[in-house]
Amino acid sequence: MSDNKKITLTIDGKTIQAESGQSIMNACDAQGIYIPRLCDSTGLVPQGSCRVCSVKVNGRVVAACTQPAEDGANIEHESDEIQGYRKDLVRMLFHEGNHLCPICEASGRCELQAMAYRFGISQATTYPYLQPVRPVDASHPDIALDNNRCILCGRCIRASRDVDGKNVFEYVGRGIHKRIGVNGDCLADTNADLNDYAMSLEVCPVGCIIRKGEGFFSPVGERQYDSDKIGSNIENHTAHSSLGKLIKVHQIDPNDAIHDDIDQSNVNEDKS
Amino acid sequence: MEHRKLIETSCSHFNNDPRRMLDILWQIQNSLGWISPDTMELIAQLTNTYRVEVEGVVTFYAFFMSKPQGQFVIHLCEDIIDRYAGMLPVQNAFEQILGIKVGETTKDGLFSLHLTSCIGMSDQAPAALINDMVVTNLSPNKTKILIRTLKKTRNLASLVKTFGDGNNSHELIKSMVNNNILLKGDVLLGDININAGLNKAFSLPPEEVIATVQASNFKGRGGAGYSSAKKWLAAAATQADKRFVICNADEGEPGTFKDRVLLTERAELLFEGMTTVAYAIGSQHGILYLRAEYRYLLPYLESLLTKRRNEGLLGTDILVDETENTRFSFDIRIQLGAGAYICGEETSLISSCEGKRGEPKNKPPFPAVSGYLGYPTVVNNVETFCNIPRIVDKGAEWFTSIGTPESSGTKLLSVCGDCTRPGIYEFPMGITLGEVLSLAGAKDPEAIQIGGASGVMVGRADFERQLCFEDLPTAGAIMIFSSQRNILEIADYFMHFFIEESCGYCTPCRVGNVFLKQGLEKIMAGKGETSDLKYLQDLGKTIIQTSRCGLGHSSPKPILSTMKNFPLVYAALLKEHPDGRQAGFNIQHALDESRIIAKRRSIVFDPDLGGD
Ligand SMILES: Cc1cc2nc3c(=O)[nH]c(=O)nc-3n(C[C@H](O)[C@H](O)[C@H](O)COP(=O)(O)O)c2cc1C
Ligand code: SF4
Ligand code: SF4
Ligand code: SF4
Ligand code: FES
Ligand code: FES
Repeated sequence: MSDNKKITLTIDGKTIQAESGQSIMNACDAQGIYIPRLCDSTGLVPQGSCRVCSVKVNGRVVAACTQPAEDGANIEHESDEIQGYRKDLVRMLFHEGNHLCPICEASGRCELQAMAYRFGISQATTYPYLQPVRPVDASHPDIALDNNRCILCGRCIRASRDVDGKNVFEYVGRGIHKRIGVNGDCLADTNADLNDYAMSLEVCPVGCIIRKGEGFFSPVGERQYDSDKIGSNIENHTAHSSLGKLIKVHQIDPNDAIHDDIDQSNVNEDKS
Repeated sequence: MEHRKLIETSCSHFNNDPRRMLDILWQIQNSLGWISPDTMELIAQLTNTYRVEVEGVVTFYAFFMSKPQGQFVIHLCEDIIDRYAGMLPVQNAFEQILGIKVGETTKDGLFSLHLTSCIGMSDQAPAALINDMVVTNLSPNKTKILIRTLKKTRNLASLVKTFGDGNNSHELIKSMVNNNILLKGDVLLGDININAGLNKAFSLPPEEVIATVQASNFKGRGGAGYSSAKKWLAAAATQADKRFVICNADEGEPGTFKDRVLLTERAELLFEGMTTVAYAIGSQHGILYLRAEYRYLLPYLESLLTKRRNEGLLGTDILVDETENTRFSFDIRIQLGAGAYICGEETSLISSCEGKRGEPKNKPPFPAVSGYLGYPTVVNNVETFCNIPRIVDKGAEWFTSIGTPESSGTKLLSVCGDCTRPGIYEFPMGITLGEVLSLAGAKDPEAIQIGGASGVMVGRADFERQLCFEDLPTAGAIMIFSSQRNILEIADYFMHFFIEESCGYCTPCRVGNVFLKQGLEKIMAGKGETSDLKYLQDLGKTIIQTSRCGLGHSSPKPILSTMKNFPLVYAALLKEHPDGRQAGFNIQHALDESRIIAKRRSIVFDPDLGGD
């Protein structure tokens, strides 16, 4: 993507260098500036759905993970207004699902929980609880899905499709009824495997994809975010090359052969 | 598998191309009535996709059924306009005579009943779809007759006793729908000379066609009001071996039905406009994205495309310039939608044309640079395309002489609600709202929703304002509500609409709108407090600012605009005084009542209680 041309951005008044073609988030990561994120995960195509990475660019709020950095952009990142939005979004995700952290095995390594701590959210908020009753899929011998904790980040979808080449997951339904579907009647019906990247701890940010028999593997106090707050790995590193692996992704290429006869065949069903 | 042959035939009819998934699903559903998991599995095998991807598409669109349905599927419009026109008694009549509730299917497998958002018949509400047939002006009695007739004849055509006006009686339409054209303007609904604009365009270099439209200061009629010429210039300037011209006939905005009338009465002008734009930007392929609610128009529209192909106005080499050695070819296909308001948003519409879930795409890149299948794509509204040949034919000066300096030309308005003359009006841009109301015979107008659910609700103070881009812009909907109507009920319905129609991609719109509606309902139930107004404002602001697409940028507007323009309606329902800072207002005093009811003190207002 990057054509290596150097550009300059201003973020909260600080001037940084970036490469043209980079997203705002990648540009900031490289400079040790952490923009909060939930649906983005290193190595996966950015999706721009959780909106927790919202920043204001030249007066407009955009998602830093998908917005290309443009030369001279003036970016507002940790203002009260932007922080307020981010907190609201994290609260929304808490209230959309069922999150009882003390009994959740993701506690301590959960990115949603860690984000709430980073933002100083510890109290119940004014939002109502939607208390969904979504089915738990425990059919697979090694993996369980507790959809009640799913935040619809879609990381599992992209990981399975673009890294594992499997398409175990996909979104189904729409609006507030949107959820993660599996490629079959239940997970056991699919070719999901514990060794898939999609099932690794790096992919599901919360306690929805559960690796059976591995629960509560770290004692309280030694869990991932017990001492380091989320984002500290980026804030403490300025060398971006150490971050993440490059994973090849599949996207529609306009130069892919498009068969005219297929594409424009003027076939439509008459009413029947 | 039982229907293997049929599914194979449907898939191969579209060359097993997953990008034609909507067409494949329609064809199969038309035969089988629904898309079962086994059907999805087989489609996935044949199109080289995954079952869950097919399921993702099926479950995205309201008109694709993943449960078995009756032979006749009824979709009753539940919009607020229909509710005020007597939709609930009609729903009761359906439920009673069929012996089922909404969402169910009769035991004999004949009927299923569903509710749906506006089907574009707001001037003849209550209205419903029965399969692809539209039935209008429903009453409980008419409902009973319809069902009785269908039970007897099992034939949809037997339902229509008298045809509607204009082309609605055309042998390929034969519908009871009425155009209700009440005011014809000079540009679109008056007398027009078909193909004059296209022929003129063909005599000019493409750049000059764009220059003429640019000089006319024409702005898109689909809502955003963006300069059409600018969009085309961007598409024309993008290097590519193909470009696409897409007409947005999704018309999902509640209360809007002007595109339906143009599709019925000015379809040739529309195709002429698409061809003109294609010539101007160097495009070979056109797509008309037709909302499924209007599929009763499909055979008629297809017949016009065939006619134009036969006349040499569509197809290969429709313009050949031997001296310059240039050839222009252009053809149009119709893509049927499947029940999703969000597919009116241009990037969702493109996703849908690609056979996918109708979710918006990231911008940039903009469609003019990278749109349908990655090619430069121009998406314009039906009314926009109809204007173009007229501008090219009659010239920019003629066009700018109509309307206001910043908004040239005319605008089609779809007027509905509490008035004696609901229907279609073609006004010069800049007409005042009051003039529209008086021509439409508005009855005791109190609140007017301008631009559908995603527009704003205004009151009497705004009746002198002008309908144009620089004052009160509208894509066409004018919904009139009399003083008998409950403004909060209307706002609440629109929130219901947005929750139903949100694609669910991004957090603020998917979740935030549900919270907004619950907050409003708390106030409507008389349980609201002053702080709830601030809560709704803050939440609304977060949704508007952080949402990914135009749906979320607008969805809080029904609440925010009624709070602004009808503050007393809210204040009357709040438990406390609406303005806590007003002299003489004592919050502690006001809270006493709540303290008594709650049998406890407030952690917010009683600091000694140790709240934070
Ligand atoms: C939620 C949403 C729904 C929309 N629905 C429609 C529609 O039904 N018809 C339409 O022409 N434009 C609709 N638009 C606007 C389109 O995105 C786009 O701006 C328009 O088709 C451009 O055409 P124009 O430039 O000719 O106005 C919608 C936008 C949003 C955000
Ligand atoms: S998924 Fe995260 S936020 Fe949800 S209950 Fe578990 S630890 Fe808490
Ligand atoms: S299952 Fe986990 S990774 Fe997948 S969408 Fe839900 S929260 Fe994200
Ligand atoms: S705002 Fe977000 S959830 Fe709403 S329709 Fe647009 S993309 Fe979908
Ligand atoms: S991280 Fe950018 S939208 Fe989720
Ligand atoms: S058809 Fe019911 S409001 Fe439009």
